[in-house]
Amino acid sequence: MNDLIDILLLIIGLFFILTASIGLLRMPDLMVRMHAVSKAGTVGVGFVMLAVANHFADFGVTVRALSIILFLLGTAPVASHLIGRAAYKIGVPLWKSTVVDELGDYYNYKNDVSKQRGDLYDPMRWWQGNSRE
Amino acid sequence: MNEVMLELTLNLGFIILALAFIFTFIRLVRGPSLPDRVVALDLMSALSIVFIALYSMASDQAVYLDAAIGLALVAFLATVAFARFVEHMAQQQETSKDG
Repeated sequence: MNDLIDILLLIIGLFFILTASIGLLRMPDLMVRMHAVSKAGTVGVGFVMLAVANHFADFGVTVRALSIILFLLGTAPVASHLIGRAAYKIGVPLWKSTVVDELGDYYNYKNDVSKQRGDLYDPMRWWQGNSRE
Repeated sequence: MNEVMLELTLNLGFIILALAFIFTFIRLVRGPSLPDRVVALDLMSALSIVFIALYSMASDQAVYLDAAIGLALVAFLATVAFARFVEHMAQQQETSKDG
């Protein structure tokens, strides 16, 4: 019975993890990819950790597994928010079928931001542009 | 019976994990932008945590979970550092446009 619960939790977690990696590979756009990775990755790790806690059935192991889950649930939104905001700032291009770009109306630099988007898309071009000045 | 099935599931899990590592690595190589690679690295650290968890189940050694905790801590710090670096690039670009 215990093993059956293990198997169930493992299969759910591994399904989420495979979904996350396929989404990272196949999705068209950075933001859409992040949507696949940060949710599915967190839930997948959570289910596998629950399987570990159930497998060992020990207090110390359970506390460790739960602390990993809590830590990931706390940090994954923060990390993906940071990455998404930084990517928007350097002008990573959005998918061509993107309907709403709400931040575009509010994110005004001193210069025209619509002309800046895409400038820093390629890091190597940024280095070259910087060294030319 | 159940133990054999658990072992089979663990082997299947290792195979799935290897596939996920390959997919993530392709995205890491192909890019196309720097934040894409950072996201791929983030997912790779999550995959390593899952790998450690599966391995600790397969070998019945709970000690490996400590390494998973450490990896979770370090992965978050690495992502934050990369995000700061990318944002710093944006600020540098803005100041160079002003002048």
